[in-house]
Amino acid sequence: MGILRTILLRVVYAILLLVAVLVLNFSLMHLAPGDVADTISQSMGGADQEILDEIRVSYGLDQPFIVQLGRYIANVAQFDLGYSFFYNQPVTKLILERLPATLLLVIAAQIAALFIGVVLGVISARKPNGLSNYVVTFLALFGYSAPVFWTGILLLITFSLNVHWFPVAGMRDVTIEGGFWVHFIDVARHLFLPAVTLGSIFLALYSRLSRASMMEVLGSDYVRTAKAKGLTSNQVVYKHALKNALSPVITLAGLQFSAVLSGAVLVEAVFSWPGLGTLAFQSIIARDTPTILGILFFSALVVIIGNLLTDLALRLVDPRVGGQK
Amino acid sequence: MSPLLEVKNLRIELTTRDGVAPVIDDLSFTLNPGETMSFVGESGCGKSMTALALMGLLPEKVGRVAAGNIIFDGEDLSQASDERLRAIRGNEISMIFQEPMTSLNPVFTIGEQIAEVLRAHQGLSRKAAWAQSIELLNAVRIPNAKSRVSDYPFQMSGGQRQRAMIAMALACQPKILIADEPTTALDVTVQAQIFDLLTDLRKQTGAAIILITHDMGAVAEMAERMIVMYAGRKAELGPVDQIIEHPRHPYTKGLIECVPHIQSDPSLERHDLVEVPGIVPSLREFGKDQCLFASRCAYLTEACLASRPTEKLFANGQSADCWHAEGL
Ligand SMILES: Nc1ncnc2c1ncn2[C@@H]1O[C@H](COP(=O)(O)OP(=O)(O)OP(=O)(O)O)[C@@H](O)[C@H]1O
Ligand SMILES: [Mg+2]
Repeated sequence: MGILRTILLRVVYAILLLVAVLVLNFSLMHLAPGDVADTISQSMGGADQEILDEIRVSYGLDQPFIVQLGRYIANVAQFDLGYSFFYNQPVTKLILERLPATLLLVIAAQIAALFIGVVLGVISARKPNGLSNYVVTFLALFGYSAPVFWTGILLLITFSLNVHWFPVAGMRDVTIEGGFWVHFIDVARHLFLPAVTLGSIFLALYSRLSRASMMEVLGSDYVRTAKAKGLTSNQVVYKHALKNALSPVITLAGLQFSAVLSGAVLVEAVFSWPGLGTLAFQSIIARDTPTILGILFFSALVVIIGNLLTDLALRLVDPRVGGQK
Repeated sequence: MSPLLEVKNLRIELTTRDGVAPVIDDLSFTLNPGETMSFVGESGCGKSMTALALMGLLPEKVGRVAAGNIIFDGEDLSQASDERLRAIRGNEISMIFQEPMTSLNPVFTIGEQIAEVLRAHQGLSRKAAWAQSIELLNAVRIPNAKSRVSDYPFQMSGGQRQRAMIAMALACQPKILIADEPTTALDVTVQAQIFDLLTDLRKQTGAAIILITHDMGAVAEMAERMIVMYAGRKAELGPVDQIIEHPRHPYTKGLIECVPHIQSDPSLERHDLVEVPGIVPSLREFGKDQCLFASRCAYLTEACLASRPTEKLFANGQSADCWHAEGL
């Protein structure tokens, strides 16, 4: 009952938030010079004022701002994000084609960064003077200071061009034929470097936080109790301490979700990953307003869903969150 | 009857910023099966450290047993392997702590935390261990044990948490239960309930209890013998009634006089509250070869500053580490 209610409440908030995002995005785009008519005329190789006006009338661009906004929101509510004249496709279709690639990249990077970060954090918290501590410190320094595109290019040159361990670009090799697993491995090989690049920034963050959190938890009274029960030190650390130490890390990961998504734009550009980032990049250059708006809308949607999932994950590790009465 | 636990010349050293200090210096005592022995003394005198040493749980890298033996059932725990200590902890010797609010893990249910001990030491299946935890919660008188067993600690009051801790400690029917100020964090009525519970459980299980407390009333009610600790050293040891009737150490005398007496007629003039003047020496001074109580003592003579008092034994089983014990 408690959880269902919360989810329902969060969904209502999410919808309000999305409407706000739509209004804001649409207004900003409206303020910027140039509109769809310009794009169309450009693709036709230029047009005179009469034709431009005609286009504006037929697309409702002559209407007052508030009417255009209302119409846009009504359309979005029906999952119609407009039509891209640059790609000659409905925006929704365009985005849904690219979304899976971005989600794959973002989720792989997040999971890898979280998993490795937590493992490193725990190991270094257990042995405050051990080797793993230097690894964590180095990673943190590296992750904070190295720009994503630089890391990406460095990895690309080293592992793809020099030693040919991984493919250079894209998401799949079209020449490959075979069953599901053949394609799975192909995509995984393409995914590896981009995910490592994107994950590297967040790995630093997560490993440092989990180390700090773990050290605090290891000194707590309930860890002493767990030892006093005669549990093995692995049980004490990986059962009693870890579940407590995870909460702040999960919270941070949730907060970082939007940062990961924007990081993905850069990484996709470096590795020609066929996702939303590449699409965003191209449509901004082409001034393809409907597509840009659509991408912004979907990014907001992804971040909101990510936060909702974070909330649920927190509930799983900490029963006090949301406090059942 | 051979003692269940024999602590011989125990010395525990703490490594602090100021160097190495003996928090426990030359402590010897025995504990018989089924007996309740009480530890009293001011804050910081090393009661908890003694308890942790018995459990093999001294703070890592800070504390260590520097000398002496802890002989439990014929086995020297100060020499035992980690694995051996793990098998004993929570099984044959278990402990309940001073802080019920923070000593239970907030993210596991009470039932899981109790069942876990049973699985670890008695190899019970998940189902059997869970059923047994309900029994144990019943035994520590938590109402509705069947539904409370899947509660989380934050859903329980301090008294209930301490009961759950007791259930956890008694799960494997230990031979020794160490209760480190089990009621300090609780309000007075709950304190009385917990002591009653401990008394009853002790009768049922036959466990020996080491009761660390500031509550002289509880000592008088529950314990057969007591040890008075001062600055890491034993001040006095003996049967509770004998010590209360005739303390042989000036510090014990002071402690007993400190206990306020409730008057049945509130219109009578109240006694002033008594305190032991002065403060406990700091950890740095613990190793000195003199009586550490000297600066606060009304019976101070030169002998007290010249060397550490030796133990005086009395016919009634009492013993006191004071140069003036006989004259007191
Ligand atoms: N982890 C630690 N590191 C350094 N010193 C410590 C540590 N734990 C305790 N001490 C010191 O050891 C001494 C004995 O502490 P202990 O906890 O045994 O006292 P206690 O008799 O149990 O007091 P209380 O009645 O307050 O519980 C104190 O002076 C304390 O400051
Ligand atoms: Mg203590």
